[in-house]
Amino acid sequence: MELEKVLERFPKEQTYLIEILLDYQKSKPTQHLTENELKEVANYLDVPESHVFSVVSFYSFFSMEPRGKYIIQYCRDVPCHISDLINVKETLETLLDIKTGETTEDQLFTLEYSSCLGQCDGAPAIRINDKIYRNLTKNKLQMVLAEYRGDHHA
Amino acid sequence: MPKIKINNLEVRADEGTTILQAAKEHNFKIPTLCYYPDLDIKSDCRVCVVESVGQEKLVTACSTPIYEGMEIKINSPRAQNARKAIIEMILANHDANCTACVRNTNCELQNLSDHLGIVHNRFETIYEKKPNDTSSPSLIRNHSRCIKCGRCIDACKTIQDISVLEFSGRSHEVEVGPAYHKDLADVFCTYCGQCSTVCPVGAIMEKSDVEKVWQAIDDSSKHVVVQVAPAIRVSLGEELGMQLGSIVTGKVVAALKMLGFTKVFDTNFTADLTIIEEGHELIHRLKNGGKTPLITSCCPGWVRYAEHKFPDLLENLSSCKSPQQMFGALAKTYYAQRESIDPKDIYVVSIMPCTAKKYEAIRPEMSVNGEDPDVDAVLTTRELAKMIKQIGVDFDNLREQKFDKPDEVTSGAAAIFGATGGVMEAALRTVKEVVEEKPLEKLDFDTVRGYEGIREAEVEIKGETLKVAVAHTLANAKKLAQDIRDGKSPYAFIEVMACPGGCVGGGGQPYGTTREKQRDRIHSIYQVDRLMKIRKSHDNAAVSNLYSSYLGDPSGELAHKLLHTKYTKRS
Repeated sequence: MELEKVLERFPKEQTYLIEILLDYQKSKPTQHLTENELKEVANYLDVPESHVFSVVSFYSFFSMEPRGKYIIQYCRDVPCHISDLINVKETLETLLDIKTGETTEDQLFTLEYSSCLGQCDGAPAIRINDKIYRNLTKNKLQMVLAEYRGDHHA
Repeated sequence: MPKIKINNLEVRADEGTTILQAAKEHNFKIPTLCYYPDLDIKSDCRVCVVESVGQEKLVTACSTPIYEGMEIKINSPRAQNARKAIIEMILANHDANCTACVRNTNCELQNLSDHLGIVHNRFETIYEKKPNDTSSPSLIRNHSRCIKCGRCIDACKTIQDISVLEFSGRSHEVEVGPAYHKDLADVFCTYCGQCSTVCPVGAIMEKSDVEKVWQAIDDSSKHVVVQVAPAIRVSLGEELGMQLGSIVTGKVVAALKMLGFTKVFDTNFTADLTIIEEGHELIHRLKNGGKTPLITSCCPGWVRYAEHKFPDLLENLSSCKSPQQMFGALAKTYYAQRESIDPKDIYVVSIMPCTAKKYEAIRPEMSVNGEDPDVDAVLTTRELAKMIKQIGVDFDNLREQKFDKPDEVTSGAAAIFGATGGVMEAALRTVKEVVEEKPLEKLDFDTVRGYEGIREAEVEIKGETLKVAVAHTLANAKKLAQDIRDGKSPYAFIEVMACPGGCVGGGGQPYGTTREKQRDRIHSIYQVDRLMKIRKSHDNAAVSNLYSSYLGDPSGELAHKLLHTKYTKRS
């Protein structure tokens, strides 16, 4: 969808900044935002571009790099960190053969970290797109990934 | 008036004041870091935490209002420990190689560390050394020294309404800088330098020309002349330990001679020249239905702002160069010819209260021979103070000296260029008297003086009313410019200065400049004016002589070539 069409749906008020960005980002296959798009949103809402970038760089929902179909975000906050016996970060990096911040060659997965996912009672946890996975073990991670890969092939 | 207790002393404080204000009233100086008098209260850094008896948590003095019966303990061990831990954590993430820093001995973090008795940091140093941003001609940003207090962001946002600087990222990855981590030269920064005057540490500073100038002075083939801007004589003294607002005109001249400059001239001379040229321009535009309002163009921060944000208004800008650039152009033409010196051997240095002047000096059109800049180096008030300290001049005790002849004659009208409203008043003195062809009854145009962000005045000239306005800070300039764009501006003439208070509050002025200090300097500037023998630019015989012996008519061909300029649409 064109950014203009998304903007049309929102009043020119600064409070809609995050909603506009999320809506538009979701509509793009690459699930990312570019400098020109941030500039356009800034102009539409009459806010400084630096402010829009500040918001985009603050929230892990947003990315300025093109991303794969499934965005895997592992939680880096304290409860996940201390109960993380299998080390989700390293396991995912090994299983996907990419580093955090990168996308797999088949454009299927992007690996990112996030701040607290609100799943402290089920730590360690990850989010894949809108879905949360808790109490992770290496086995469980392998199964989850296989599921997504299968989904892709189907 | 509520009664409160500070460190067991019973005192009274105004309703609604904060703990910090109340404490200050009673001579307690609570340590602060992100707090800055003229900017928004953020309570981000937590350095000002104090104990409020009965409250479980420590409270921030900068943002907590007092109430009847409040008991505050500024120095309880708990408050002191908290403060200490905060400073230690900031230091752990800071390039604390103090002797290599421009702010050594003049750094708020260093002072706090000293006052809190931090001799050993319990935390491991974790800062990441990143390359400096040296892209701009005016300012350098040092990421490794930035402590993320946010003052520069506030100055950029609330004073200038530009917001080039902002936070990005989160948690320990927070950074301060332009959008997309770009360099200053790649975004729309006006180089006003307000960020550098509010920075508590050495994270933003002017790009120094000190070394360049020492080299030039040492080079016997160079004829090194220096010009001193109007605002320097009321601010340099304070940077060298004298009283706020000290008038040090003659001491500056003496110090510059001691530093080794061949000739010491006064920018006020070309400020008078600016008034003659700009005054003629205004009269010409009004008579011939030219573009109005005419807007002053002495301020390079404002010019750059207009070129970016209001490219449609560039015809409104006066085509006059700033006094700095008029001086540079004349030094390499008129002066070179008169003294029989090859212009290539003349090295022009300016002492300016401004960081944007460094940018102005390298604008390609600011070159009379099309190759070399007319002004070779620009030193801020702070840089000059450094040089004076380097050679160990006892500044306070210097005997006053006069500017070099024969262009030492200047007027009070030129002196007030350094204060907001000054260029307007100087122009009005000349325009009114020249048009009416009779002496002014009153020299002071009080309505354009003051500190209001935007001031307007109506001046009667030969039976007609001239509506004028004065704006300082770009946030205020933006409002006037927007009105012109919308066709709603009622004015014939507008003065704009990008910095608060005008040049006295410039980005190259002493660190920690506040409104209060600007007001002291403004007060002194008007005193300089009052004490001058000549108070009007067109009464300056040296300027008249320059026209008759060299330039020809004001706004004439040679005057146009040397003293006027063009602007570029940049968006």
